[in-house]
Amino acid sequence: MNIKRRSLLGTAVLALSLGLGGAALAQDKTKVGFIYVGPIGDGGWTHEHDQGRLAVEKEFGDKVETVYVENVPEGPDAERVMTQMALNGADLIFTTSFGFMDATINVAKKFPKVKFEHATGYKRADNVSTYSARFYEGRAVQGTIAGRMTKSNVVGYIGSYPIPEVIRGINSAYIHAKKVNPDVQFKIVWAYTWFDPAKEADAAKVLIEQGADVILQHTDSTAPHAAAKEKGGVYTFGQASDMSEYAPMPRISSIIDNWAPYYIERTKAVIDGTWESTDTWAGIGPGMVGIGEFSSEIPADVQAEANALKDKIASGEYHPFTGPLKKQDGSDWLAEGETADDGTLAGMNFYVEGIVGDIPQ
Amino acid sequence: MIVLEKRPQPSRGWSMSTPVLAVLATMVAGGLLFGLLGKNPFLAIETIFWEPLFGEFASYYRPQLLVKAAPLVLIAIGLSLGFKAGIWNIGAEGQYIIGAICGAGVGLAFYPLEAWYIFPLMVIGGALGGWAWAMIPALLKVRFGTNEILVSLMLVYVAEKLLASMALGLLKNPQGFGFPGSRNLNDYASATSWISQDVGLHWGMAAALIAVIFAYILLNRHMLGFQIRLTGEAPRAARFAGVNPSRLILFCLGASGMLAGLAGLFEVAGPSGQITIDFNANYGFTAIIVAFLGRLHPIGILLAGLLMALTYIGGDIAQGNLGLPAAAVQVFQGMLLFFLLAFDLLTNYRIRLKTREVA
Amino acid sequence: MDLSQINPVLLIASLMVAATPLLLATIGELVVERAGVLNLGVEGMMIVGAISGFAVAVETDSAWLGFLAAAVGGAVLSLLFVLLTQVALANQVASGLALTLFGLGLSSLMGQSYVGIKPPAMARLDIPVLSDLPVIGPILFRHDPLLYIAILIIAGVWAVLTFTRAGLILRAVGENHDAAHALGYKVVRIRIMAILFGGACAGLGGAYISLIRVPQWTEGMTAGVGWIALALVVFASWKPWRVLLGAYLFGGITVLQLNLQAAGVAIPVEYLAMSPYVVTIVVLVILSADKSRAPASLGRPFHATS
Repeated sequence: MNIKRRSLLGTAVLALSLGLGGAALAQDKTKVGFIYVGPIGDGGWTHEHDQGRLAVEKEFGDKVETVYVENVPEGPDAERVMTQMALNGADLIFTTSFGFMDATINVAKKFPKVKFEHATGYKRADNVSTYSARFYEGRAVQGTIAGRMTKSNVVGYIGSYPIPEVIRGINSAYIHAKKVNPDVQFKIVWAYTWFDPAKEADAAKVLIEQGADVILQHTDSTAPHAAAKEKGGVYTFGQASDMSEYAPMPRISSIIDNWAPYYIERTKAVIDGTWESTDTWAGIGPGMVGIGEFSSEIPADVQAEANALKDKIASGEYHPFTGPLKKQDGSDWLAEGETADDGTLAGMNFYVEGIVGDIPQ
Repeated sequence: MIVLEKRPQPSRGWSMSTPVLAVLATMVAGGLLFGLLGKNPFLAIETIFWEPLFGEFASYYRPQLLVKAAPLVLIAIGLSLGFKAGIWNIGAEGQYIIGAICGAGVGLAFYPLEAWYIFPLMVIGGALGGWAWAMIPALLKVRFGTNEILVSLMLVYVAEKLLASMALGLLKNPQGFGFPGSRNLNDYASATSWISQDVGLHWGMAAALIAVIFAYILLNRHMLGFQIRLTGEAPRAARFAGVNPSRLILFCLGASGMLAGLAGLFEVAGPSGQITIDFNANYGFTAIIVAFLGRLHPIGILLAGLLMALTYIGGDIAQGNLGLPAAAVQVFQGMLLFFLLAFDLLTNYRIRLKTREVA
Repeated sequence: MDLSQINPVLLIASLMVAATPLLLATIGELVVERAGVLNLGVEGMMIVGAISGFAVAVETDSAWLGFLAAAVGGAVLSLLFVLLTQVALANQVASGLALTLFGLGLSSLMGQSYVGIKPPAMARLDIPVLSDLPVIGPILFRHDPLLYIAILIIAGVWAVLTFTRAGLILRAVGENHDAAHALGYKVVRIRIMAILFGGACAGLGGAYISLIRVPQWTEGMTAGVGWIALALVVFASWKPWRVLLGAYLFGGITVLQLNLQAAGVAIPVEYLAMSPYVVTIVVLVILSADKSRAPASLGRPFHATS
């Protein structure tokens, strides 16, 4: 440990001189860098981050310059690409995947003058902020609509990997579907990928064949929508992007990752010199989680119900994880009126009572 | 009419100069591509080839070239032994993953104990892991005559699933708030493969260099190396010369698996730091190309590995500085490979202009 | 757990769709390998076919023209492989890998303006009476035309290889190119045609993913199918009908795996997802007792010394 610390200090001194050289080159423009894990053409996660980047360019015009590198694998390359951006005079760098966490922290140590923003992680430093979206708030709205819309009472759910983020979404959707429809049942399939259109399409088809008439997805492609459209009579929700090309059927609403307001706010803070390390976990209220337009397929009363829930969540009046709630094994989790704390939510590794099946370990 | 005439001996002069020609041709073709995409072709080419080596921040990029090249060279050296003998291990990616899992597993088992022997044990774990994974196709081939290309390729997919399972289960960081991925070995002094992170040197580079020297000696000075070459060039003659094909299969697949496993271990304990769901970055497949670009010759592989690393690093710089799409860089790399492969013709063949004879 | 939720008829029908891209790519590569050439660039040709087909289908609003373009696109890319391996006599393994790298990049460049667009649909077969039959109807008579064309291609390849002189020559070239050359056959020309055919089939397979199975365009959407196709050729021990068997087995296990999950069978998912590959290895070991073997000249460059 000690040896490592010292060696890192050495690096910091070395890099500091390099970093200053780089910063001088940037002149008066503020340079904002983005590191993407996928291609900007993935139509989902990375695409939405890139929309945020474009919004920053639009907002500040000549005052900023944005750069990005796409398809950066989570591993040895991430650290190098971040260093490269910092060396070339970036003032602010957004690293947009959980797997970039340790690399972000390492590079930030070497460039104390450069600000870093890491999406979905939990490690911070004086020049590293973290930000993430409370997608589960959107899932609550989705769950409500799903519970109302299903006729077969079977809701299919395509999970990516069994990690807290995804499990939180399943729980939130289930709790709210169950509230409006006590007979609802969730069928969960783990695709073990964030993005594989063919596999996602297969998963959607399988769920539909086994009776699901509403499909929720936590994977990024529009393939499940296409599969649902083909079968007919199945409802889906856009994920990450609005996916409005599949509206009004099968896509009846969506959860949109709207990073633009945050990216603009943080860029402005750097320009103004007011940037500070923060931990942002924002939801529907500040607009980081957007609920896509309801399609005409959703009856007016359900729309009203969903909108009411959305407004209550946005205003902070209602927390999607409010007791009484029990865990899947029947043990008590939250007492009447108690709301879940962020720590538990961040590391959520259990289903709530009523969901059938085990989380793969 | 243009005809090809096989040279009695591969031309030394051409084998030295074709890579240079290929790089020049790629610059022209790549420049055209970048021009079509609306970028300044000269700036793009300069960024890819010049910037990492002699640019403003070359002091940072040069060691990074070694970081990127080390696993490629290490794996490609192992593969080249088998390829020379006509034994096709396409599954180095899988052996790389298993090596990383085993090596990291050994290290994590000792956490948080600090002791000098932990890293050596991890190295042994990584080597054994990769070796064992390669022994599956080797034993199946020796015992049942099963095709090793297919088995080793299938085992890549099995290894990838195993990796996901490890990152989400057994090796998951207990203090990681439920997020997938192991503890970061860079924060565990006894288990890191960095020699000096300041300079950017880790043990994998040393291992790659040793492997190059070792392979050179083996192929040129050792009976086994002679048997490998003979089997590849004249399998029937090799059998008459008393080469035991089973032993050769076990050796070649075992050695390449072991080196791939080592590459995985050095990577996970160094540049990568942790076992994650998509820890593997296609080094195992890229190394196959490196092996052929290097003409299956140890020194050639070393140079080819460095060249590949240069295009990766230069490509990333071009993306960041010039806004070149990642896909364009990929196409550019493809072009480079095409030209390198195509121009190799001149090494082995002579191009002659011949007037058509009237029959 | 409730296995009765799995409908075997729908399972079979959907595994046929899941297997078709694999089927097309594999039968193409089989012909290439039968001619003695190993082209590892299947993945690259598939993805280029996927975007060529998608782009043309969108622009012309015709799925049929799209498939035609996909076949052409795959064949054009394979022409690069021809140049490298047949003209410049480069190593086939490396050339194929380079082709995949190149194809993946090229397809992303080509597809930049096609993200998030829906392609024109292709009508499914709907034969009165037959399509409505219970069990047999959904399995046999309710698919898109390409699925049947894929099976016809297999039958065609089998017939040509087994019964025709052209097939005999192709096999002769793959078994011993020197002897075939001595007999006066144009080894290089025959191989070029085989490689182009393989490219066209891979292109069709890719377009089947982007136009029918998914259907949409996204970067890297073939997600490794081309590699599995390479495996399947060996699995099928270079025999056309075994390709059909192998592709359905492979597609079947993938679809069954998802079905078991949805039905709540508590098997660790990673191990379920591994199963197709493990099963392939096991079947392969069993098959290696069989005397079927690779074409003798597979992967070796040919140069006529006259």
